[in-house]
Amino acid sequence: MITLSGVHKTFGTNAVLRGVDLSVAKGESMVVIGGSGTGKSVLIKSVLGLVKPDSGTITVDGKDVNKGDRDAFLARFGMLFQGGALFDSLPVWQNVAFRLLRGSLKKPKDQARAIAVEKLRRVGLGSDVADRLPAELSGGMQKRVGLARAIAAEPEIIFFDEPTTGLDPIMAGVINDLIREIVTEMGATAVTITHDMTSVRAIADKVAMLHAGKIRWTGPVGDMDASGDPYVDQFIHGRATGPIAAVR
Amino acid sequence: MIGALASLGAGVLGLLAAIGRLAAFTGQTISHLVRPPFYGREFATALLQIGYFSLPVVGLTAFFTGGALALQIYSGGARFNAESVVPQIVAIGMVRELGPVLVGLMIAARVTSSIAAEIATMKVTEQIDALVTLSTHPMKYLTLPRVLAATLVMPILVGVGDIIGIYGGFLVGTERLGFNAAAYLQNTADFLEPSDIVSSLAKGAVFGFIAALMGCYYGMNSERGAMGVGRATKSSVVAAAILILTANFLLTEAFFSA
Repeated sequence: MITLSGVHKTFGTNAVLRGVDLSVAKGESMVVIGGSGTGKSVLIKSVLGLVKPDSGTITVDGKDVNKGDRDAFLARFGMLFQGGALFDSLPVWQNVAFRLLRGSLKKPKDQARAIAVEKLRRVGLGSDVADRLPAELSGGMQKRVGLARAIAAEPEIIFFDEPTTGLDPIMAGVINDLIREIVTEMGATAVTITHDMTSVRAIADKVAMLHAGKIRWTGPVGDMDASGDPYVDQFIHGRATGPIAAVR
Repeated sequence: MIGALASLGAGVLGLLAAIGRLAAFTGQTISHLVRPPFYGREFATALLQIGYFSLPVVGLTAFFTGGALALQIYSGGARFNAESVVPQIVAIGMVRELGPVLVGLMIAARVTSSIAAEIATMKVTEQIDALVTLSTHPMKYLTLPRVLAATLVMPILVGVGDIIGIYGGFLVGTERLGFNAAAYLQNTADFLEPSDIVSSLAKGAVFGFIAALMGCYYGMNSERGAMGVGRATKSSVVAAAILILTANFLLTEAFFSA
């Protein structure tokens, strides 16, 4: 279980997180929604230790994320970054197998490549893609390679940062279906941040809305439309008028 | 008056903070040298990129500088009938000063800028964050291999630059200024001392360390966007060039002040 309790984070004068409390149960697919610049990325980066909160506690299975063996901790996670964050200088298969080629999960090169090709196949990419460089791929293919990399080491917990941003609706649908399938078949805990409502409905078991640095509402995805919260209603229906200021 | 003093104070504090950050970064880089894992493949790639692929620019720079130096010494020496010292002055000038400094500055232009731009781009595209999530320390994976490779390969580049620079002077001296080839080489060999060569190679190692460290430091601390990458690249080259020239003065003072 991932638990955030009273997490605060300020950048300069900009208080991004102002006391976030959130729990994600094991095997659950939680989607965090919220407007641009509301701190969704900061939230998941805080869990991974990429951003250090000013105060509050973040635990995974009861252990503080900022204490203990970092390598062992990070080995439990996979992450799909918004822009893919593929390493330009490495061919696709080495990107996917990055963790399998070094560190505590290191495997023989042939075995690592075979796993990479299998993961690429799992996300709908052929073996011909394996030896290409990331720059030679389209945005949708890069996203799928990023997804393959996130699942390559079969992590217990997977984070997806804006998985469909910049993709056409069909490719976004493909990515949404892949995420749902992979999370279900791996039994992984997933946290996705997005403002794409189609993604939310396709991926989520539970939804949390982040607004003004706090979790405004949380509940099962089926309850989202009847949340009774004007902020959630405005957001999920994409209305320009409501309690959330359109100009921020 | 108070406003001016406040600005001065803020500037001094900013400078001290920057020195502190750079010192901490340097310490971290060195500390990773003795802590596994060591990424041999990245180190080998850095050796190739910084060393082998810099040879053409180093060779051309040294060759033309050595030739121009021979012409200058010949025409300048002619004012007091000292044309014959061309081989000795070219040798000492190239080995003690021009070889290491010019190679250092060329490496700052070619390698520091490249490292800074690459790492800064990795930072703004979240590749550095991705490295962390893949249990790979960015300092170990990106900084240490480059800094170590530059420190080890720069003495070789400086040595090659020294030889090519002397050869440039030799060609001009024998083909253009009428020196006897055997006598030119004999004078060069007789005049150079082991300490000249040691100082040249030691300067190379220090300049290589500075050049790669500045590229990594500014890359890792880049701000967002294309402007951030551009600023990091520019700042890294400027800082590397200034630090190389400063270190050159201090090392010259240390080696030759007696």
